[in-house]
Amino acid sequence: MSNELFSRHECATRHEDDGRPECASRRIFLRQGGMALLSLGFAPGFVSRIAAESAERRKLLIVVFQRGAVDGLNMVVPFGDAGYYRARPNIAIARPGAADGAIDLNGFFGLHPRMSALKPLWDNKALAIVHATGSHDSTRSHFDAQDYMESATPGVKSTRDGWLNRYLAGTGSREPGTGSREPGTGNPLRGIALTRQMPRSLQGNAPALAIGGTDDFAVADMSARTSFEELYAAAQQDQALRSTAGDAFDAMKTLARKTAGQYRPANGAAYPRSPFGQAMREIARLAKSDVGLEIAFAESTQWDHHVNEGAATGQIANRLDDFSRGVAALALDLGDRMADTVILTMSEFGRAVAENGSRGTDHGHGNAMLVIGGGVRGGSVYGKWPGLSVDDRFEGRDLAVTTDFRDVFAEVVTKHLGASRQTIAAVFPGHAIDASRFRGVLRG
Amino acid sequence: MLKSLALILLLATAGFGEPGSGNPEDQSGSRLTDPGARLEDAAIVHALNRLTYGPRPGDVDRIKSIGLHRWIDTQLSPSRIDNRALEARLERLETLTLDSETIQREYAAPAMVERRQRRAAEMADQNASAADGADSPDQTGRMRMPASDAQRRNRRVVADIEEAKLLRAVYSERQLEEVLVDFWFNHFNVFAGKGATRNYISEYEREAIRPHVLGRFRDMLGATAKSPAMLFYLDNWLSSAERDRGLAPSGNAAASQPRSSRRGINENYARELLELHTLGVDAGYTQQDIVNVAKAFTGWTMQPRQGTGFMFVPRRHERGDKVVLGQTIRSGGVDEGERVLDIVAAHPSTARHIARKLAIRFVSDNPPAALINRAAARFTETRGDLREVVKLIVLSPEFSSPGAYRAKVKTPLEFVASALRATGAEVRTAQPLARTLRDMGMPVYFCQPPTGYEETATTWVTAGALVSRMNFAVDLSKNAVRGVRVPLSEEQTLAMKIGAPEFQRQ
Repeated sequence: MSNELFSRHECATRHEDDGRPECASRRIFLRQGGMALLSLGFAPGFVSRIAAESAERRKLLIVVFQRGAVDGLNMVVPFGDAGYYRARPNIAIARPGAADGAIDLNGFFGLHPRMSALKPLWDNKALAIVHATGSHDSTRSHFDAQDYMESATPGVKSTRDGWLNRYLAGTGSREPGTGSREPGTGNPLRGIALTRQMPRSLQGNAPALAIGGTDDFAVADMSARTSFEELYAAAQQDQALRSTAGDAFDAMKTLARKTAGQYRPANGAAYPRSPFGQAMREIARLAKSDVGLEIAFAESTQWDHHVNEGAATGQIANRLDDFSRGVAALALDLGDRMADTVILTMSEFGRAVAENGSRGTDHGHGNAMLVIGGGVRGGSVYGKWPGLSVDDRFEGRDLAVTTDFRDVFAEVVTKHLGASRQTIAAVFPGHAIDASRFRGVLRG
Repeated sequence: MLKSLALILLLATAGFGEPGSGNPEDQSGSRLTDPGARLEDAAIVHALNRLTYGPRPGDVDRIKSIGLHRWIDTQLSPSRIDNRALEARLERLETLTLDSETIQREYAAPAMVERRQRRAAEMADQNASAADGADSPDQTGRMRMPASDAQRRNRRVVADIEEAKLLRAVYSERQLEEVLVDFWFNHFNVFAGKGATRNYISEYEREAIRPHVLGRFRDMLGATAKSPAMLFYLDNWLSSAERDRGLAPSGNAAASQPRSSRRGINENYARELLELHTLGVDAGYTQQDIVNVAKAFTGWTMQPRQGTGFMFVPRRHERGDKVVLGQTIRSGGVDEGERVLDIVAAHPSTARHIARKLAIRFVSDNPPAALINRAAARFTETRGDLREVVKLIVLSPEFSSPGAYRAKVKTPLEFVASALRATGAEVRTAQPLARTLRDMGMPVYFCQPPTGYEETATTWVTAGALVSRMNFAVDLSKNAVRGVRVPLSEEQTLAMKIGAPEFQRQ
């Protein structure tokens, strides 16, 4: 029974081994990327623009962290695995075709019904999914697992910086005139988190910003601003505050110049009014203002559904609705910029295969990641499906991990951001990067 | 007014050097000339910075007159300190003295009933307007109605605890107690945004946290474990044996399905008990330990709708012996949970975990190992007497070592409260301040994960946070923070002091 389903799923993963000769060709890349975006209704005419400008245009990576451990099995539903329905008598998402059923992706996996906003991206091959991905570390602690994923050093607590910061530190500023940069200097607008606290992923030596939004990131009182700037510049003995403030004032000036006026999303993109939706909107605004943004970070919260998780409706449905509409609006709003953009979503671990005694799910292991962008070989679910029978599960209870999350990160850093071998080694310390382990989610 | 400004100037300029280098005598530009007096002042300001929400005008002189050690002793026995001025300020907060059951019944339930009625009415309205082809009133399709009396009354519950938190931080004379209540609430964090938790927080802080912050750890642990707030927030109220032995087998499978399907353990509390409340992360416990702890706590429950306190329901309890951390707990109903708490409270990992967290709060983000060892040993030998552990830390040479001076960056709460104290501000309503803290990433009682807020600088030193602090300093100096008045001085100078790098540290 499971054989057929398994083999059907293998079709999706076989791409990674197909040699993909056509992808080596830039012309084809443009045609495919362009087709995908054009058919989504994105602004036309970008293909020629890309051809002319791509050398100068920055790549943008947008990381979305689903904090609290999203239930990946109800997000990207393995409706073809009978074990799924056996383990979840109350909270399973019905098969496609049934009332409130999953949105069929490939005959085996489906999206949660409230994620319809992302379906056009799938249909146009801009959305890929990696399932059963996660960490080899077995922790089921939110705190540890987020720490490990954001430092990208599972099992190692002593890592001080985050993987995104190490990328920024390793690649330096591409701003004209700042070619020779020292650690701790450079354009802080290269890496921006739309969060009030600096996320672990972006903590480190390279300057980066954590801001609630572009509009409230200003000291309106000009004379106070000037005085503060002098005060902090003079604080020689407090390097931490001095350099952070220096970054703040530089960034403030650039942002004031480049994001002036009211922001209007393009292509009719409608963002949810939620904090997550607004963070997505701010990322689009910053990306379009050409302030030098290369790494953006946002978080979607409240996924820890131990109780009354719900299925097609209820808690997880509402959170997935917000999440999907936010991500979809961002992709639509960025329009032709999506050709240079990857949106990567992640969560610290998955949830137990079986529902618990409170119609919720306890902490688990493997999970699903979404990868969206013009360079993505979308329309496929990547990875090896481990199965959901008790024997197939990790420690008898959780979705097993068949793809190390660092290999997904590394593929993005390698193929999308085009980082050098040296940078890649620095971003993933203690994890030898081997391209043969890449799932082939991205072209190139 | 001049006096307060002078003090702020003093605070800003009589800095104690920078983390690691801070020899008070290195500083030039100080207004004090006698090195001995400066050292004494430095020690007092340092103690005020760490054991209170920051010095007020006149505090240094006051402490100098009674002696620093005597002042610390008094702070360690808060019941001896007259706090009537604060109590008068709290009097108008009507829900502050109520228990969870009363709040649930008189504040939450009426609003809930009304919300249901309104929702039903809205649905009817929307169906009608859809039939008319009218546009929905906003993007969410929800009709905005003015808040009713019941809803306003319900909102008081959260508003009162937020208000009390800020008023206490600024005005309590029992400052160390307030600092510790904040520390321990954060340690045993519950999130006001999770359903009915908000209605239980007043009682939780008042009865499970506050009485024990200078008492025994085991007592606080037990009080939190049985509090409606914790039972609800970490879901233990739902945790139940796999099979409900109390129910007779039902002939009607369909009818019994929803009921029996709600049975089963929920690991949430068990995991956080070990990881966050006691042993600490990576302290050697296993997934099986977590499962067994969860089983021991099955039947520990409460009734959310009623907001009632702890109940043990034997028929929900999973019987049988359980092995936790290598120790066998004999099948014994409600006592099993108590045994688990005994075991974890007495565990050496817990002593270290608590010692380390307290040292981080009071000394530095990377406290010396020797201090942690001594504080952990004191924890163990006093069987978790928290007054003794705190006392050891604040009287330790590490506490007053140069490396500890200004080594801590204030959290947003510490920054806001210390600014209000330094300026001698009069706070009439603290709601706008609660909003400020939300914008700074530290909404009081609304920290969602059970970890609580981070204590260390890397979290709080960000460009966005600094800009928020500078703006708060400007607003405060212009008396533009609603509900707050500071004695007028040269506003630019005042803003510069509060927004200055020195004032971000403690």
